Order: sequence, then C-alpha cells, then structure tokens
Amino acid sequence: MNAVVEAVRAADQTPWVMPTLDYKLLAPILIILGAGVVSVLFEAFLPRAARRPAQLVLVFAALVAALVSIISLQGIRSLSGQGALVVDGPGLIMQGTIVIIAILGAMLMAERGLDPSGDAFAARASSLPGSEDERQFTARGYFQTEIWAFFLFAVGGMLMFPVANDLLMMFVALEVMSLPLYLLTGMARRRRLLSQEAALKYFVLGAFSSAFFLYGAALLYGFTGSISFPAIAASLSATTGQTGLLLIAVGLLGAGLLFKIGAVPFHQWTPDVYQGAPTPLTGFMAAAVKIAAFGALLRLFSVALGGMRWDWTPMLWVIAILTMLVGSIIALTQSDIKRMIAYSSIAQAGFILVGVVAASAAGLAGAIFYLIAYAFTTIGVFAIIMMVRDESGEATHLSKWAGLGRRSPFVGTIFAIFMLSLAGIPLTSGFIGKFSVFTAAIASGDTWLVIVAVVASLIAAFFYLRVIVLMFFTEPTEETAEVAVPSVFTTVALAAGATVTVLLGIYPQPLLDLIINAGVFVR
Amino acid sequence: MNSFPWLTVLGAVPLVGSVVVALLPKSRPLLAKQVAFAISIIVLGLTIAIALQFNGSTSEPFQFVEYHQWIPAFGVTYSLGVDGIGLVLIALAAVIVPITILAGWNDVEEPNVEQVGSVKGYFALILALETLMIGVFAATDVFLFYVFFEAMLIPVYFMIGRYGGAQRSYAAMKFLLYSLVGGLFMLAAMIGLFVVSGQLTGRGTFNWFELVGLNIDPTTQKLLFLGFFFAFAIKAPLWPFHTWLPDAAGASKPGTAVLLIGVLDKVGTFGMIRYCLPIFPAASDFYAPIIIAMAVIGIFYGAFVALGQNDLKRLFAYSSMSHFGFIALGIFVFTTIGQSGSVVYMVAHGLSTAALFLTAGFLMQRSRGSSLLSDYSGVNKPAPVLAGFFLFAALSSLALPGLVSFVGEFMVLLGTFQRYIWVGAIATLGIVITAAYVLRVYQKSMTGPVGSGLETIKDLRGREITALVPIVALSIFLGLYPAPLLNVVNPAVDTVMSVIGATNPAPTVGSSSITSEGTQQ
Repeated sequence: MNAVVEAVRAADQTPWVMPTLDYKLLAPILIILGAGVVSVLFEAFLPRAARRPAQLVLVFAALVAALVSIISLQGIRSLSGQGALVVDGPGLIMQGTIVIIAILGAMLMAERGLDPSGDAFAARASSLPGSEDERQFTARGYFQTEIWAFFLFAVGGMLMFPVANDLLMMFVALEVMSLPLYLLTGMARRRRLLSQEAALKYFVLGAFSSAFFLYGAALLYGFTGSISFPAIAASLSATTGQTGLLLIAVGLLGAGLLFKIGAVPFHQWTPDVYQGAPTPLTGFMAAAVKIAAFGALLRLFSVALGGMRWDWTPMLWVIAILTMLVGSIIALTQSDIKRMIAYSSIAQAGFILVGVVAASAAGLAGAIFYLIAYAFTTIGVFAIIMMVRDESGEATHLSKWAGLGRRSPFVGTIFAIFMLSLAGIPLTSGFIGKFSVFTAAIASGDTWLVIVAVVASLIAAFFYLRVIVLMFFTEPTEETAEVAVPSVFTTVALAAGATVTVLLGIYPQPLLDLIINAGVFVR
Repeated sequence: MNSFPWLTVLGAVPLVGSVVVALLPKSRPLLAKQVAFAISIIVLGLTIAIALQFNGSTSEPFQFVEYHQWIPAFGVTYSLGVDGIGLVLIALAAVIVPITILAGWNDVEEPNVEQVGSVKGYFALILALETLMIGVFAATDVFLFYVFFEAMLIPVYFMIGRYGGAQRSYAAMKFLLYSLVGGLFMLAAMIGLFVVSGQLTGRGTFNWFELVGLNIDPTTQKLLFLGFFFAFAIKAPLWPFHTWLPDAAGASKPGTAVLLIGVLDKVGTFGMIRYCLPIFPAASDFYAPIIIAMAVIGIFYGAFVALGQNDLKRLFAYSSMSHFGFIALGIFVFTTIGQSGSVVYMVAHGLSTAALFLTAGFLMQRSRGSSLLSDYSGVNKPAPVLAGFFLFAALSSLALPGLVSFVGEFMVLLGTFQRYIWVGAIATLGIVITAAYVLRVYQKSMTGPVGSGLETIKDLRGREITALVPIVALSIFLGLYPAPLLNVVNPAVDTVMSVIGATNPAPTVGSSSITSEGTQQ
C-alpha cells in the first residue's frame, strides 16, 4: 500500500515536461482541422444565406493554405508531434496529392448547376426519404452546408493517416477520416434509401475493420511493448521465435487497412457505397481515401514491420492476386457505371498492391505514382458521371450511355481517355503507373505476380473498352442520357483530371523525379 | 550525321494533319478529304526525300538517328532511326495511305450518314494511324516501339468499330482484345528485359543498340522471347493466333482493311526481325523449328480456308494469313536471301493486298455492298477495266513472275531451300493452292454469264483508276527491277544475320538436322 502511495508521490514530484511541438511541421493538419472547427462555428452563427459562400471561401482557403505549408516543408525529414507523426518525402507527396484531390473534390461537391433542385446532397438529411418533410425542404430550396465541416475533418484525417508514426495516431487518423465519410455517404439527394443503406453498411463494416485494427494494435503492443513504429521495428529485430501472436497481429492490422483500400476479401462494401454515396463524394473518396490508406499501409508495413517482410509479403501476394482478379472479373458483369467503377477501383487497388509487395524503394515510388495517376483519373471519371443525366437524375445505368459519344463527342472522348488510362494503354498516366509497379515487382523477383497482373489487366481492359464500345459504336436510343452543362467548378475539376491523365502519360519524368528524390520513409 | 530531325518531322506532319482535319467543320466533308489527301501526299514527298538521302552502302545500318532522353527514370529514350528494313516499310505506309484515302473518298458517306461517324473523323483517324505507323517502324527504343505498337490499336479500333459493317462492334472488340493479349505479354517481357539489362550493365535500358549487345543467358532469353513473339505472332498473324483477322477484315471498310493487313500487320513480322532475332539470338535459334512449323501450317491452312470462302473480304484475310506464313518462314530460316525475301514480300504483300481489297471494295460498292462471292459473276462484261485490275491484283497475289510478289516469294523459297530442303519443297506446294483459290475467285466473279443486277454496274471512274495505277506501276517496276529495294534491304539483313551469328549455308547442301521437322508437316 505504502509503495503505491510512494510511487504516486514520486510521480507527482517529477516535473511535468511540456511536450515540444513544432507547429510548422504540423501546420498542414492543423490548418485543415482548425478550418473544420471554424466551419462548425459558421454553421452555428452565420445566417443561412451567408453559409455557402463563407464555407466555400473557408474550404478553399484552408486547402490552399495547407498545400502551401506542405510545399514549404519540402525536403524536411523529421519526426513531429513527439514522434507520433513524421514529415518525410513520401508522406509530403501523398499529403500534397490528397490536398489537391480535395480541392478538386470540393469543386465537384460545390457544383449546383447540374441538378435542377440543387447540389448532390440531400436538402435535409434528417427528413425521412419520401416524406412530406423532404418534399417541403426540397421545394423551399434548403441546402446542407454542414457537409463542408464533415469534409474538412475527413481531409484532416486523411492528412494524418499516411504520416502517422505510431499505432494510436494511425487509429485516430483512421477514425477522423472515416466517421465524416460514413455520414456524408448517407446524404445523397436522389435515391436516398440506397444512399442511407450504403452509409449504414459502410459504417457497420467500417466499425468492424476498425476493431480489427485496434485488436491488432493491442496484440502488437503486447508483443513489442511499444506503439511507436521505430520502436516496434527495433523490438522485432531483437526478438526471434514465438511469432504466432505477432502474425495474428499483423494480419489484423492488415485487415483494418486493406478494408479502407477495398482489397479482396475486404471489398464487399465498395460497390454499394460507390453506388449509394453522392457522386461527387464518391469521386473524392475513391481517389483520396485510397491514397491515404495506401500511405498508411506502406508506412506501417515498411517502417514498423519492414524487418519481417518475408512474413507479410506472401499474405499480400495472395491478396493482390485475389484483388486484381476478383475486381476485374466481377466488373465484367456490372450494368451500373458506378458499380463498375467500384469494382474497377478494387482491381486498381490490386495493381497498386503489386508495388507494395515489391517492398523496395522502386515499389514505393511506383505505388505512389500509380496512386497519383489513379486519383486524378478517378476525379475526372466521376465528374463526367455527374454530368450524364436524365430526368431522374444521374443516369448511371450503362444502357443509358449507349451512343453518348456520338451525341457529345467531346465529353465522350475525354471519358474514353479516362477508360484507356484505367485500362493501362500507353500515352496515358495509367500505363506509366502500371509500368512502374510492374517494373518494381519484376526487379524484386515477383515475375509470376506480374504475369497474373498482366492477365488481370487484360480482363480489366475488356470492361473499360466495353464502355467505349457502348458510347461510340452503339446507336443512341430514346433512353440515352444527356450531358448536362456544368458550372465552372466541375469544368475545372474535369479539365484538371484530363490534363493530368494525358500529361503524366506523355511526360511523366518530372513527377517521377519528385517521387524518387523524395526518398523513402523516415524510420 | 544528319542534324535535321527528318523522322520526327515525318511523323509529326500527319499528326498535325489529323488534328487539323478533326477540327474542320462537320459540314465540309469534301474539305476534310482534300486536306487529308494533301497531307498524305506531303508525307509521301518527305518519305521520298528521306529515301533519296538514305545511303545503302555505308557501314552504319541506322541512319537519320535521333536521340533524346524521355523518361530517364526508366531508361527510356526517344530515339529514332531507320535501317533498310524500317525505311522500306515506312515507304510502304507512305505510299498506301494516300492511295487508301483516294480510294476511300466516298466510302464513309454510304450507306447512311446517320449510322456512321463523321467523314472527317475517318480521315483524321487514317492520318493519326500514319503517324503511329511511321513511329513504330522508326523507333529504336523498345519502350517507344511499344508505345506506338499499342497506341496504334486505338485508331484502328475506332476505324473498325465506328465505320465498319454489320459485325463491326464485335470485330473491333475482338481485334483489340487479341492485340492487347499480345501487347500485355510483350509488356511483361519488355519489363523483364529492362530488369535483366539492369542486372547485366548496372543500368536498365530500353535502347535497342544497347540491348542487342547483351549476353542474356539462354533460359531467360527463351522466356522473354516468348513474350515478344507472342505479340508479334498475333499481330502478323501466324497460325494459330489468326482468328481475329478474318472478322476484323470482314467488318471493316476496304480502306481500313488495306491499312490493317497491308501495313499494320507488317509490324508483327517487322518486330520479329528487328527485336526477336537480334535481342534473343539463342532463343530464336531454339524456337525456329516450331515457328517454321507454324509458318508452314499457316501457309496451307490459310490457303485451304481461302479456297472454301464465299465472303471476299474474309477470303483475302485468309489468303493474307497464308502469305504471312511465307514471310515468317523467310525470317526464321536464317539465310540472307530468305530474310531479304521476307522484307520484299512484306512490301509486295502490302501492294497486292491493297489492290485486292480496293478493287473488291469498288466492286462491292457497285452492288449494294455485298461481299459474297456467290453474288457476282460475269463482271468483266459490264466493267472490263475493273475486271482487268482485279485480274492484276489476283495475279499479283499468286506471285506471277515479273511482279514484285514473285521476287519476294521466290527469294523466301530459295532461302528456305538453302537451309531446309524439305520445308522448302512443302512450302512450294502452297503456291499451287494459292493459284487455285485466286483463280477461282477471278473465274467465279468476273467471267461467265453476267449475274442478275450486275448488267448495269458502272466501270471504274477516274479517281478509282488513279488510286490503283500507282500500285500496278510499283508492282511491275519493282518486279522487273528490284535492285533499289534490295540495295537498301540487304545491308540491313546482313546486320541482323551477323548479330544473330547465323551464316548462310553452302548453296547445294541441305541441312539434314531439321529435315525431320519438315516431314512432320
């Protein structure tokens, strides 16, 4: 009894040391999260009419400020936030891409020129679908500007996720990123039941995966006695034998992250969420969550678990193969463009995993390049999906895309370029991305994995090209949707997506230089 | 050393032309055609200028060399250059494109403007394709070659899919998927080659000149060779990778078919001689018997199927497959005369294919677009000029002495006899079947009583004759005087032969080791 009292006294007498935080290093994350708080205050205190302009100014200003602060950190490699976070080249590149994608995603979300009754989000998420309330709110032209607060918090979580350097911080980032996204998923203006169902599925399955992650983190902490990645790595290199518990821990952590990536067999939520969520959000999520989650996966596996890569590469080998094949094959059978793109995103995750499996500097660089290329193409794809409409809203059934390329050759051509890029045809960014991860994998000796990847690419090419066939080689019918003319927001996002897709296909060297010079993760 | 970037300019002109044509107003189809034709003539002029400067007698096989860094991170360079083989094939493309444009002048307005893509689109695609064809034959970097090789699929895909016949969507997809299968395996092999070159030299490269000198160990060679060869065998196409060709040819416009079979498919055989042989000499040697067997089977298979075909376009596709068998045979017998013969055969086949498809296309246009042989008979009475050109095309296809196709076929067979006497003897029999199906087509369609509905068909117009005359003239000229062709091709082939370390066998000795291969056929 006395001993405890003594210990408490001793602890009390130890002077409490103020943690030193270098705010400059944390600035990108703090700016976004701070803006999120301001955004909530806007909702509380600003009159309804002033909210949208104020929120938009806040969101874009915060994102630009975050981007500037990320650029100003260029070249720095250090721990930050008492070792809970890091600043290093790959992390900064991923953060920078996430912010740029967030800017484009925010533009899609801000679009009000396409739907005659407003934007893509429900007038009041609290009103029951199909109820009198809902009709009233819609008729009065209500909008939810709360989406911007959610959006900023999600972006803040995404910025933390790839630079988190301990298990706890990674978990916090995961949740900060995910919770707003679950909510936003349920807020579609059209087909609200589908949207709410998707949100619930996403939330329940996401909660499961978070639990997996947390359980894995606890086991790993139990095994190594630390939550910090460098300490875990040091502890693992000092231990031999008794790896049963460790392997379970790695498996559980992997499951939690692979869920966010949408890798098979943790992919079941993807098609429903892609289909149900408001399209601009789907576009943003598909692009940005993938970068953030892959960033976290790469860091966890190469920094904390780098010493035991011979244990986890076989696991990722199998998952990569399953992900590529299942994604491509099931995509063949889809008749809804958003579901098709969802399965395509699963297949693409498989291709990126090929770079992760390579477990080398080249693999890291290849995966990052692939992620960037994929993100911009994806934003563009969803911008076009938003624009293709009939009287009931977005026309996502593929039959309504028949002959679209004849009716609107310009938009059709851009969409065809996106499809060719996703299929990995040369002179598009997707080809260079595939090329870089395949090269890294062969250099690491994973030749057979690349051969499987090549077969999967071929299957995937079939469904991408099927869309082109549908748009250009089929006659338009009465069913065929119209391409609505968007406002400047969507136009800019679409133009950015298309430009980057083509530019990275023809002249990828500057970005490759940037990624290669960024080096590897801080350990 | 020539400092002016001739090849880049040559490739850029049709690309710029393609953009210009695509941007013309839709309401001015005639202007689009005129601009496209003028551009293709400029390209032809530039090609002639390049050919005249080409020095066939220097020791440096590659000329008009350009070299720039492109993606240093992957050792990728933008490097161009032509040897005799590349030059000849670029010239073939430059000759065929204006002919196709002229011959296809009215192709896309019929039968229904509503149903097909815009007129300007078709001509813009042809010009874009010309850029890529020039690029693919001029590239001396494997990565660059691959980019052109794959990018080429896209315009053709649209040309078949948007402007083709009843089965166009199916045919376009089949064409693209077959090509992509090959292309992706080539991609894997190409990456493998890059990694291997990195292991051997310390710095991975795609540059052809550096890759040729590498001593890759034979086991790796065999694997990588397969990736490349597979792509080329589909492209060429060799038996048994040919099934996309009849569908693609059957569903496309005659002009598309000419470009596809006449020029594009040559990329397959070109790739074998430019990439498979010099980079993987040991593997080429290892696989040669199998490939020769495939080639000989293809010669007979294509010819027999052609004998039984009733659809003209499919028939010509099968006959081309038979001819591609000869070309591949010439390449893989590893004799100078055989390989030179193959290159000459590529040119000859391009010309004769153009003549066949275009005259058949003119005939079909005059008769409600039917491509069935059974719908035609006695055409030579109402349309003697058309029948005359058709006879010429047919004779050119069966390699009548005095025409360039005879030179090619004769050289290939001669080269084969030098090395494998039995294979040569068997392949020669293929000529007989060729004669049988070619003459059967002529006899059924052109001679005999005039078929119903054919009495009133018009003979060829001035534009159509203008398109065909250059083909006839070139076939006869090069048939009687092949020296200009052989002078540039032979040194290039000698280089290939020396790189792969093959020597020509003494003329009278038949190699006994491979005769068993021949008797299997």
